[in-house]
Amino acid sequence: MDRADVVEGNDRMADARPKTTHQEPWRDPNARPYIEIQNVSKKFGDFVAVNDVSLNVYRGELFSLLGGSGCGKTTLLRMLAGFEEPTSGRILVDGIDMAGIPPYLRPTNMMFQSYALFPHMSVEQNVAFGLKQDGVAKAQVAKRVADMLDLVQLRAFAKRKPHQLSGGQRQRVALARSLIKQPKLLLLDEPLGALDKKLREATQFELMNIQHKLGITFMVVTHDQEEAMTLSSRIGVMNAGKIVQTGTPQEIYEFPNSKFVSDFVGSVNMFEGVVIEDEPEYVRIQSDEAGSRLYIGHGISCPPGARVWVAVRPEKIQITRDKPVEDDNRLFGTVLEIAYMGDLSVYLVRLDTGKSVKVTLPNQVRSAEQRLLWDDQVYLTWHQTAAVVLQS
Amino acid sequence: MPWGEWMSSGTRFINLLADRLPPLRWLLRLLPSGRGIVILVPYLWLVAFFLIPFIIVAKISLSESVTAQPPYTEIVRRVAGGQVSFAAPEKPGNAADTTGAVPAATTQTSSAQGSVDAPDQSAEIKGGPPEDVSGGFYVKFNWDNYDYLFSDALYFKAAKNAVFTAFISTVICLLIGVPMAYGIARSSTAWRGTLLMLIILPFWTSFLIRVYAWIGILKNNGIINNILIWLGVINDPLPMMNTNFAVFIGIVYSYLPFMILPLYSTLEKMDLSLLEAAQDLGCRPWKAFLQITVPLALPGVIAGSMLVFIPAVGEYVIPELLGGPDSLMIGRVLSNEFFSNRDWPVASAVAIAILVLLVIPIVVFQYFQNRQQEATT
Repeated sequence: MDRADVVEGNDRMADARPKTTHQEPWRDPNARPYIEIQNVSKKFGDFVAVNDVSLNVYRGELFSLLGGSGCGKTTLLRMLAGFEEPTSGRILVDGIDMAGIPPYLRPTNMMFQSYALFPHMSVEQNVAFGLKQDGVAKAQVAKRVADMLDLVQLRAFAKRKPHQLSGGQRQRVALARSLIKQPKLLLLDEPLGALDKKLREATQFELMNIQHKLGITFMVVTHDQEEAMTLSSRIGVMNAGKIVQTGTPQEIYEFPNSKFVSDFVGSVNMFEGVVIEDEPEYVRIQSDEAGSRLYIGHGISCPPGARVWVAVRPEKIQITRDKPVEDDNRLFGTVLEIAYMGDLSVYLVRLDTGKSVKVTLPNQVRSAEQRLLWDDQVYLTWHQTAAVVLQS
Repeated sequence: MPWGEWMSSGTRFINLLADRLPPLRWLLRLLPSGRGIVILVPYLWLVAFFLIPFIIVAKISLSESVTAQPPYTEIVRRVAGGQVSFAAPEKPGNAADTTGAVPAATTQTSSAQGSVDAPDQSAEIKGGPPEDVSGGFYVKFNWDNYDYLFSDALYFKAAKNAVFTAFISTVICLLIGVPMAYGIARSSTAWRGTLLMLIILPFWTSFLIRVYAWIGILKNNGIINNILIWLGVINDPLPMMNTNFAVFIGIVYSYLPFMILPLYSTLEKMDLSLLEAAQDLGCRPWKAFLQITVPLALPGVIAGSMLVFIPAVGEYVIPELLGGPDSLMIGRVLSNEFFSNRDWPVASAVAIAILVLLVIPIVVFQYFQNRQQEATT
């Protein structure tokens, strides 16, 4: 909050940056977390919006809170910004307890979902607003605003009012305005939610680029799993007020820890079954839903006879007309639906057990010779490492 | 879709036909388009209820007062054959400025009340008063009534007083209205409707009855004085009726809803995340109110102020019922000229003067309204 403190912080940030970007500080037990959320709960009357959440975020991270509407992700963000006080628990930013500190004194800034640009001020005035509140000298303000507008490529629009800008330009003004004070933590509430798909993809990379350049810690709230996957160093998946899994995008996608996560992030085929053999090197699961024994190439250490779910991603399934040699992981069914998406095709296969399985195949060749057709009898198989066993 | 196609094909057919038949094209041009008809309605309304009455009043203001029925002279008067009449100047010194006889070489009579457009101005300038015409009429503009408004300090004083009273009332309305509108706009949605209803509720009672009610409250043996005497605060009743104080109370009370409603509507539609954004950027709440809420509420402030100020300037009923002899307001003077003095031309001149006086705030109002529309679109 002190100016000197900010400058010092920037220096430290510059030193720390190569380390934080190349290593993964969350794997280092000695690393000091930058943002500490400790057992935070928030109740609105009887409704528990955030339920005992603990989370550490490290300097220079781009952390995403991913969840459906009403899962408490925005409430958590607003508690970090200071618009809500936690009912219990503590929030520390750079070691300082934020309890009782009003939003206008916090070292955090927020980019609002609606952008919340001041309609009576020009782009320039909007961006300068934060600096003016701190009493920064006029010449300094002008220089920093100009630099920031260069960064978001809005120099030419400095004199315009927000209503004279396109959605993408407004988004960049909002970003510039929230970055100008170089906050210790930038909170972004659905930053790309209001943009159309093409623009969203382009802006994702721009956002990452800016974050890398400035080294500011970002915390993004989103319901869009694709957005979270692209942007984030780590993702926290939220459900019903709790963080159900934290990890890198790859961890979240490939090693989901629950049915909820595997289903929420990407699409998945889930087969309910019973463990019949559980050895250190493999598991065999009898699944009536799949109509086959499923073989997983690693142990899961659970009591025999336990009810488990086997999750297989659609792109990890092979689909053939010829019968494979292996007996395990071999499903048989009929092609029910085919959706041609351009880059890939989605097949919906109805198994003899009545369950439908989704399979995606990349369209590597343009000709349609080998293509499967409706009502083709097909076998589905996957590698023993492709599936994940979920116990909850 | 089929309707639009049918419409466009119909238009195409007519256009095609019009190309073949040039006279039809001329006819078509005379027909108003659908859009034109829609726009025409408000214009007709304005012509019927604003322009025509305005012209009548303006005409009367340029005539002379006579003891007759109606009590003013016709500007356009038919003259007996061959004789040209000039208006006899009342003040010989500035006769050329204030009066002018405009004869016109037209035999048709059209001296019906309200028609001043018959004489041809250019003919008058070129030809001058013709010496010998067998018949015609002449037009006389009597500017004396306006002259009179400036020569008698009463009118200026009344106008000044009216503007002053209206201005102070507007400021008081603003001071009361802003917190009320703010309170309503920030109240829970469940309460908002009820609170707004309470603001609008007085309109269900006649304006006159509500002003009379204030007489009951303010008079010497009225509610306020009776309570104060009963409490022993005062021994003799406070003179409140027939004072400027009562006029202010009456105007503020009557026009407060017109201040609150536009203020409420601008405050209510304000995005509250703007205030959060301001705070997030280091702005304390009271500064955020000054830097964000106030500028964004400005169109509402302007609209509310105009809605109070404009009718308050011309207010007649409130100063008449609650005011004393010194609460001289231009509306009251106007009414006196009409009904007590029966000097319709001077009364009309006063009416026109009030109108001109109010045009300035109306133009300001329009300007801000346009600006607001620009900002919201």
